[in-house]
Amino acid sequence: MAELKEELKEKIIEQLSLEDVEVSEIGDDDPLFGDGLGLDSIDALELIVLLEKDYGIKLKDPKEGKAIFESIKVMADYISKHRTK
Amino acid sequence: MSDCYINGIANISAQPTSDPNLFLDEIISHKESIFRSHDPNYKEYIKPAAMRRMSKSVKMGVTAASMALKSSGVEMPDAIITGTGMGCKQDSEKFLEKILYDDEQFLTPTLFIQSTHNTVGGQVALGLGCKAYNLTYVQGAASFETSLIDAQLMLSEESEKNVLVGGIDEVAKNSTLLHKLDGQIKGDDINVIDLFNSGTGGTVHSEGATFMVLSGEKTENSYAKMVDIETISKASEVEIKDIIESFLDRQGVTMDSVDAVVLGNNGDIGYDHYYENLQTSIFSNTEQLCYKHLIGDYPVASSFGFWLGCKIFENNRVPSILKVNEVSAKKYDTILLYNQYLGKNHSIALLQRC
Repeated sequence: MAELKEELKEKIIEQLSLEDVEVSEIGDDDPLFGDGLGLDSIDALELIVLLEKDYGIKLKDPKEGKAIFESIKVMADYISKHRTK
Repeated sequence: MSDCYINGIANISAQPTSDPNLFLDEIISHKESIFRSHDPNYKEYIKPAAMRRMSKSVKMGVTAASMALKSSGVEMPDAIITGTGMGCKQDSEKFLEKILYDDEQFLTPTLFIQSTHNTVGGQVALGLGCKAYNLTYVQGAASFETSLIDAQLMLSEESEKNVLVGGIDEVAKNSTLLHKLDGQIKGDDINVIDLFNSGTGGTVHSEGATFMVLSGEKTENSYAKMVDIETISKASEVEIKDIIESFLDRQGVTMDSVDAVVLGNNGDIGYDHYYENLQTSIFSNTEQLCYKHLIGDYPVASSFGFWLGCKIFENNRVPSILKVNEVSAKKYDTILLYNQYLGKNHSIALLQRC
């Protein structure tokens, strides 16, 4: 799981062009949206694509993302349970 | 034509032109046929959260717009009009590459949003919270001038308005290289300062942004009066001579009263004869200035000529690196601009000190 969390942090930084953010600066429980990493609705769409492309998880309802993308820890839990690749 | 004043201006180019206190005092000597802009510190103008999605043209455009507004003292424009020849090429390329490599699957929104030609106009408006008139013109090498004509028309009806007008174009990894294949860009790298002596076809390519604040009302910040502007889609060199003379005649101006001409020579032996024909005839007794050996060529490179005119009026001098003939003006009160690209998209503009 720790490996998946690190991988997610690296992918998020790259996919969302968070040039000034280091992997070590993202806490496992930090909120990804709002006061935490400060991601926005466009980032949410990018993360939905990332889930499908890299882990084979296709969200049927984009609104599910709100809960899944709460933090790195929640996201990693969800991926480990639902991944198809 | 109603009065139209340039009340603020800013430029980002391959030279250090973004510092308003400098006027080509230091020249960067480029040695490639494709070269990038000399960048200001974009972080001073754009929030990190917004900047992470921005390609070069968006960064240049948003920053130049911010600088131009600052120099005019205007906080919120009544219209935003932009011109670009090729738009946001970098993100267009990335978007197309993703389509190709991901087999038309997994397309993400950011690159698509940022790849349209009106992205810069939109981002400037978003940054300012400006919900006013916002339009982008894509008209080849006359894109910037077409934007100016729209602004001029708007001001002829509502002179009190402040219109933010900009021109932006960027270099992109692959699509710029395509212009080497079709001969628009020189095949071999050259010392760009010697561009006009290259003796070969094609030109050198770069990128940049110019933004101006135009109004029908003169202010204490006014740099110049834009007397008139005209674009011509296609014309022969003989026709252009007649068109320029008619243009001046309409303004009640003769070549004798033009202190300097700013020309868009770009070192392409296939098309520089358009300029040379004028330089050896109606412009022969006038100080001639060129700039593309400093900033390269790109669809809105002619906007640099407007920046030059304003800086000449402001500084009351011409850097020697711009001069291409032996005639020296006694004063700089009236400046004529002429540009064309591949014998098309000709533009003529007349600026006067105000």
